[in-house]
Amino acid sequence: MQKGASSNATPDTEQGISFFNDRKIRAVAYQIAALFMVGLLGYYLFSNTVANLQRQAIATGFGFLNKQASFEIGESLIHYSAADTYVRALLVGVLNTLKVAFVGIVLTVVLGTFLGIARLSTNWLVAKLAAVYIEVMQDIPILLQLFFWYSFFYDILPAPREAIEPFAGVFMSNRGLVFAVPQWHPVYTYIAAAGLAGCIGAYVLRKWARKRQERTGQIFPVFIFSLGIIIGLPFVTWLSAGAPHKMSVPQLVGFNFQGGLNMSPEFGALLLGLVLYTAAFVAEIVRAGIQAISKGQTEAAMAIGLKRGQILNLVILPQALRVIIPPLTSQMLNLTKNSSLAVAIGFPDFVSVASTTINQTGQAIEGISLIMLVYLCFSLLTSLFMNWYNKKMALIER
Amino acid sequence: MKLMKLLLIITIVLLSGVGFAGQTVDNVKAKGFVQAGANGDLFGFGKPDEKGIWRGLDVDTGRAIAAAVFGDASKIKFIPLTAVQRFTALQSGEIDVLCRNATQTLGRDSELGLDFAQVNYYDGQGFLVPKKMKLKNAKQLDGATVCVLPGTTTELNVADYFRVNKMKMKPVVIENNAELAKAFFAGRCDVLTSDASQLAGIRAVAPKPDDYVILPDIISKEPLAPAVRHGDNQWKDIVNYSVLAMIEAEELGITSKNVDEMLKSANPAVQRFLGVAPGNGKALGLNEKWAYNIIKQVGNYGEVFERNVGKNTPLKLERGLNALWKNGGLMYSPPFR
Repeated sequence: MQKGASSNATPDTEQGISFFNDRKIRAVAYQIAALFMVGLLGYYLFSNTVANLQRQAIATGFGFLNKQASFEIGESLIHYSAADTYVRALLVGVLNTLKVAFVGIVLTVVLGTFLGIARLSTNWLVAKLAAVYIEVMQDIPILLQLFFWYSFFYDILPAPREAIEPFAGVFMSNRGLVFAVPQWHPVYTYIAAAGLAGCIGAYVLRKWARKRQERTGQIFPVFIFSLGIIIGLPFVTWLSAGAPHKMSVPQLVGFNFQGGLNMSPEFGALLLGLVLYTAAFVAEIVRAGIQAISKGQTEAAMAIGLKRGQILNLVILPQALRVIIPPLTSQMLNLTKNSSLAVAIGFPDFVSVASTTINQTGQAIEGISLIMLVYLCFSLLTSLFMNWYNKKMALIER
Repeated sequence: MKLMKLLLIITIVLLSGVGFAGQTVDNVKAKGFVQAGANGDLFGFGKPDEKGIWRGLDVDTGRAIAAAVFGDASKIKFIPLTAVQRFTALQSGEIDVLCRNATQTLGRDSELGLDFAQVNYYDGQGFLVPKKMKLKNAKQLDGATVCVLPGTTTELNVADYFRVNKMKMKPVVIENNAELAKAFFAGRCDVLTSDASQLAGIRAVAPKPDDYVILPDIISKEPLAPAVRHGDNQWKDIVNYSVLAMIEAEELGITSKNVDEMLKSANPAVQRFLGVAPGNGKALGLNEKWAYNIIKQVGNYGEVFERNVGKNTPLKLERGLNALWKNGGLMYSPPFR
């Protein structure tokens, strides 16, 4: 068609295909049309909602966040009182959720790995006990387990005045577990710094030892030395400050214990329920991961004279982890999301604080959006980290 | 679960195309029953009995509305709602009226898009404590662990009260009424705070009711009233006058037992009230027999009070503020003309 075809014309137009039949242009057009429809639907939902809310004279927007919350929260990692704003109340909720999720994930992975290995034990009794545990825990809904543990805490344990004291300075009552902690002393900052320095030292030592082993073939006892540095450095710091050992011992004042550290029954029940439940799933994942490695590998490693620990550390685990990590990530996400069941047993997690906020302000749509946003962030951050870790593990293997 | 229910309700708000204003009564008539939100867990106010029949002061308030609209007090369905769900359920149109011991406040009346009808119970917040703690008044509660329902005015009042009196508290908030009471009876909290009427209801279902006392302090005003959506004036009038009719009937001395005789009364106020002299029904867009039906099928306010929460019930509540104005209470109805 075009006699003097310009150099930048596409081959299609050169062959005389019309604008509407161009495959690329069509594809782009479809995408734009689809996007437009989605946008239209979104706009319809949004404007419809705003119109409905306006007609019913319901307040909208996030302005309420800066108002005084006026309600108390049972436990908080940061200072909070009823005089603070809704933003701060919600932040308290986020931190409480993070607290239970973080501690829960760590404990779950430890317990789950232990159970998974026990399930494969050659000892008949140990293997069967682990199997029974896993089956039972997986089959009971988590909400029931939470109710069970919560009523265990407040029904079985006595009132604060008759608290059980299994060890000196540790009190168990229906107000939770209270235990003595060292009273604050400036040297603790330095001890923490020394501990961190110890960890860095151990990391450097490991790198050096590995290089040396590659060069000379000699094995350096990294584990013992690392342990020495990590524990020794803070210990020496503590000694050099005159070994302060004053304890903050909980004492019954009025209604409750003052001083020491308190773990509330709500937090205890939630943590226990989540860990025991999720660990059963993690155990199965660990078992599957280990069983995915063929027996021949273990036999081969034995044949070249590796010790049992070395077989696990150098041969089995690096390969098993590749199988374990992806499903483990989804269990971690499950635990975080299940922590929202806290609302049933009165632990002030994010959902609990957010639904109180919704009810006090009446702004349900804004509140639910915040809940969704926060859980989305939790999930994305967890999977981002686990994907990074997964990639790292995979690379080492190849 | 609960969150899912809230999400569902919000989806309804997002998708509902037509407004509710001015249409509730038509919708109610079209579907043939009133959909009411009730407590479900509060003895004396809203709770199904062992046969599954809903009982309580709030429930009877709902039945009065059904009697006014349909001439049949049974044309009402109740759904149990927690404190956290109740207002969203009303805002979204899932229920037509909320009869669930809700306190009228400025914020709820304005920002929440609600309208409150005539108060059907004047309450105040109190404290329930175990007898063995030997407490005399609420000022001795410094440092106490307090069981409280989340999302209520009581949750805010108790925080205010402790703040004003420079006392410390540790709240335990559980959304479910029954679970909260269970935790308190097991000793998880030193004190349970709520409206005084609720405390009586909770104490009535305690394993050993005599082990608990309600402290004399009343720290707030809690006018409990049925609520409807803002902006639907006709529906609000119907709900409002259904409650007022029960109060007016008590003042006129009309009860469910003598209402048929009263039809022959020569008193013009009674004649207007019962629709013998017509006008009131038409004004509200209802049958002229609407008030007669309420009193015949549900009873006047005094009867409803005594049946559900009065001296012969486990709650043993005095009329107090809820007596007629002539007897020193706050129950007062404008003239029915």
